[in-house]
Amino acid sequence: MHGRPRKSPGVKDAAAAAAKASNLRDLQAQLIHNHHHRVYTKEAISASSKLLEINPEILTVWNYRKHAFLQNLKEATDSEGIKSLVDDELRAVEMALRANPKSYGAWFHRKWVLSQGLAAVDFDREFRLLDHLLKADSRNFHGWNYRSELLSRLLNKKAPGFVDRESILTKEYDLVSQALFTDPSDQSGWFYHLWLLDQTVTPNEVLLISSWPSHGSDWVLSVNGDATICKPSKPICTGYYFMNTGKLPIVLYFNQTVKGVNSSSVTVNSIFVKNENLVWRPLPPSKSQEAACWVTYLQIPDVLSDSKAYVVEVKLSHSKDILSSIGSEFNHPSHFRFTLTLNSESLENAGGESVDELLVWNDGRSSALESNDLVSFDQLNLCEDHASAFSQWQLATISNEIKLFKELSEENCIFVNLTLARLLLAQEVMVSHRTLTERLNHLREVLKLYDDLLKLDPRHAGYYEDERSLVLMNQVTCDEKSISSHRSHSSNYTSSKVHLLGCLQLKSLSLTRIGYVERLLWVQTLDLSHNKLRSIAGIEALQLLTCLNLRNNQICSITSLEPLKPLSYLRVLDISFNKIGLHPVDTTRYLFSSPLTYSMIKDEKYLEECRQANINVADNWEAIFLFRDLHLKQLDVKGNAVADEKFRALLKKVLPTLIWLDGERL
Amino acid sequence: MGELEVHKHVQYILAVEKKKDSFEALVMEHLRMNGAYWGLTTLDLLQNIAVIDQEEVISWLMSCWDKESGGFSGTVGLDPHLLYTLSAVQILALFNRLDVLDIDKVSKYVAGLQNEDGSFSGDMWGEIDTRFSYCAICCLSILHSLDKINVEKAVKYIVSCKNLDGGFGATPGGESHAGQIFCCVGALSITGSLHHIDRDLLGWWLCERQCTDGGLNGRPEKLADVCYSWWVLSSLIMIDCVHWIDKSKLTEFILNCQDRENGGISDRPDNAVDVFHTYFGVAGLSLMEYAGLKPIDPAYALPIDVVNRIFFSKC
Repeated sequence: MHGRPRKSPGVKDAAAAAAKASNLRDLQAQLIHNHHHRVYTKEAISASSKLLEINPEILTVWNYRKHAFLQNLKEATDSEGIKSLVDDELRAVEMALRANPKSYGAWFHRKWVLSQGLAAVDFDREFRLLDHLLKADSRNFHGWNYRSELLSRLLNKKAPGFVDRESILTKEYDLVSQALFTDPSDQSGWFYHLWLLDQTVTPNEVLLISSWPSHGSDWVLSVNGDATICKPSKPICTGYYFMNTGKLPIVLYFNQTVKGVNSSSVTVNSIFVKNENLVWRPLPPSKSQEAACWVTYLQIPDVLSDSKAYVVEVKLSHSKDILSSIGSEFNHPSHFRFTLTLNSESLENAGGESVDELLVWNDGRSSALESNDLVSFDQLNLCEDHASAFSQWQLATISNEIKLFKELSEENCIFVNLTLARLLLAQEVMVSHRTLTERLNHLREVLKLYDDLLKLDPRHAGYYEDERSLVLMNQVTCDEKSISSHRSHSSNYTSSKVHLLGCLQLKSLSLTRIGYVERLLWVQTLDLSHNKLRSIAGIEALQLLTCLNLRNNQICSITSLEPLKPLSYLRVLDISFNKIGLHPVDTTRYLFSSPLTYSMIKDEKYLEECRQANINVADNWEAIFLFRDLHLKQLDVKGNAVADEKFRALLKKVLPTLIWLDGERL
Repeated sequence: MGELEVHKHVQYILAVEKKKDSFEALVMEHLRMNGAYWGLTTLDLLQNIAVIDQEEVISWLMSCWDKESGGFSGTVGLDPHLLYTLSAVQILALFNRLDVLDIDKVSKYVAGLQNEDGSFSGDMWGEIDTRFSYCAICCLSILHSLDKINVEKAVKYIVSCKNLDGGFGATPGGESHAGQIFCCVGALSITGSLHHIDRDLLGWWLCERQCTDGGLNGRPEKLADVCYSWWVLSSLIMIDCVHWIDKSKLTEFILNCQDRENGGISDRPDNAVDVFHTYFGVAGLSLMEYAGLKPIDPAYALPIDVVNRIFFSKC
């Protein structure tokens, strides 16, 4: 099937071909006959050998030989006889491998025969066969692959007095550098280097890097069921957060994926709820119960409204429960506390309005912030000290590699530039106490590398754009000043009396994806319009998000909106002018929780209701299973190929809470 | 570059089906069930399956069913195997005629091939390979009978075949290869277990399969081949990283592998064509939403409307 030149058969060829075909047909018919009638004579077996030399792919022929072998084994009288039976089979395999060195049937037959354990395995013969075949088709990467397997095994051993991990890895860096500098075009060395890098940049320690509410914050809650609002105690401001589910989220963000966050490993002390009753969930929700972000919800009681400030304390102590994916335990106890004062002021008296009014996103640039509405920077919980999770060796190794690669970067080799970018990004996390200028310069250097790569290697533009977007997000959120220039007053969003806190505008930045969400846990309103977003993965961490603008992006499918499902506060969503409905092949189909992936039970009753309402379930299941779990009051979908009358009717059925659709009141 | 020669390819497939006596055809006879699946699915993607006599195909297909074991063979008279059982079930799904099966018996055959460690053997002789994990999981899912196997163990075994470059091999420790990767990613997709994959890592390994001629290879340092337009491309789609390759260059490569005179697609430009590469070339173009083709599902390797029908039509 592979590697045969295309040619039209000539007359002479036709006669020879017919003879070959006839011969093959006879051999095949003979085999089937002998197989069905269990004929295992020498002649019959010999005929099967002839067949295997022509076509070793027919599994049934090998099956026949196994049957024949087992039958003849029963009749064998001495060890000589047995050995000769084994040899016959091994020889048949060798002959077959000459016709096709990759024949699955042949290789398995050899394994099967040898595993019968009847004769001593002649290892010389086996290795000679392997050598012979590998000489014909050798590749370097096999070696590196094997090396990383070996090393991984060595390094995972936790035996005491065991060889020093760091010195092993250092030697490997030397080794692979030799190989790479000798022949930078050999791909396999680069994949090995990438693996080494991964071993080096994984943080050794598990750290809590971000939370909401943040440590030392004080909040006043005006409790009114799903019209509850939340404001900072000071400074006094007109803006607020909606707590429209009557529950306060507590969000934890770690420096890497962890499992084991639960009410034993994390204690929440408050008078509002018993710690044991709290359930912690990973975000995004995952069958493997692993994530960098975890959330629980405090039910706010209606009763206590005595204007006293109640302390809520969240403690994470040393825990064997909380484990990273490489098995590091959580060894950096931390705790944070915030206070909640409850009153029963109604929404209007507290100076607020519910989000039943139409919210209009302002298309212009954000205007200057009024200092009254500025939530203090402390409350932006940028408590990162990632650097403490890394060892001196890790820092030094990355610095060395950067030095080496900078020397090479003149040559404009794709892999050199890409590796240098990855190294610089890794270093960024490891070094602490840098000034803002140093950090921004560093990130600008990385952005330039990706811009160069986009020119050098346009085939992988999609990859470089994704990586570049992450760097951009890093740049934009890396400190107060950067963030401030993107924050905006909520009057940009609506002309009514709704005053929202936590408004961030990240428009027109050519972002293809978002990141660094641990710095954005305080965001309630997010404007990501006019970017190139095809994915919103990461947004599930923004538990306070009430209003989201994704207009004019590259969202291609409904299933890619799954990260919206855990956002229990989300009420206003604009996905107008995207690409939904343009792409028949859905690239997030299997990443989406649905009956298709056995991630949820099919609610047949509900689907039947949809059919009764004239909805074609088989063609629209994605929309049904996404929107059904959202509690939107306002939705914009126009400008998407999918948004016809039928789709609008589906939305009305599946979103009973919807008040505004494409700007029209329902 | 030109266009896809739809009519020529349809004629080619119909001709291949009839030409049973050439040497080339005889050599492939033992996997005729696979060939039928490749040919028929291609015809459906090319919107031309109506020319087929469904009943004739189903009748031949059922003559390959071994009612003792419950499995299907590659052609009449040969032994049953998972590879052919999957193709048979896929063909019946295509025709929406799964009703002709003794679903219980077929499911039992497939489920019976699962081993203690969660792996699957191809048949009673015990060869283990992640290809067979895919065949079993895909087949049983179409038959709504995944509950007949230990899915958790099956997933665990597949994950044990994950390598440090993010890819998967045939058995634990086996080197990463695009064909095996498709099987593992497909099986994990079907069972909702993609969270076990480091998508950035595997996505990067897969997108690096694109060669300068636009085609995709199966491993580093090897030549591009049209069949990888399926194995690599569908894997990229399932983990949402397909935007990391240059789709127009790949489309150009596939179209250059056509035999524009006689129909069919080959592994490389100007090589001999066959049904296998014709299917993978057309399926690859379908994944890239080439105009006029029915869209194909990357995990089940069947048209999307067939998969939607299996899961979401009225019970």
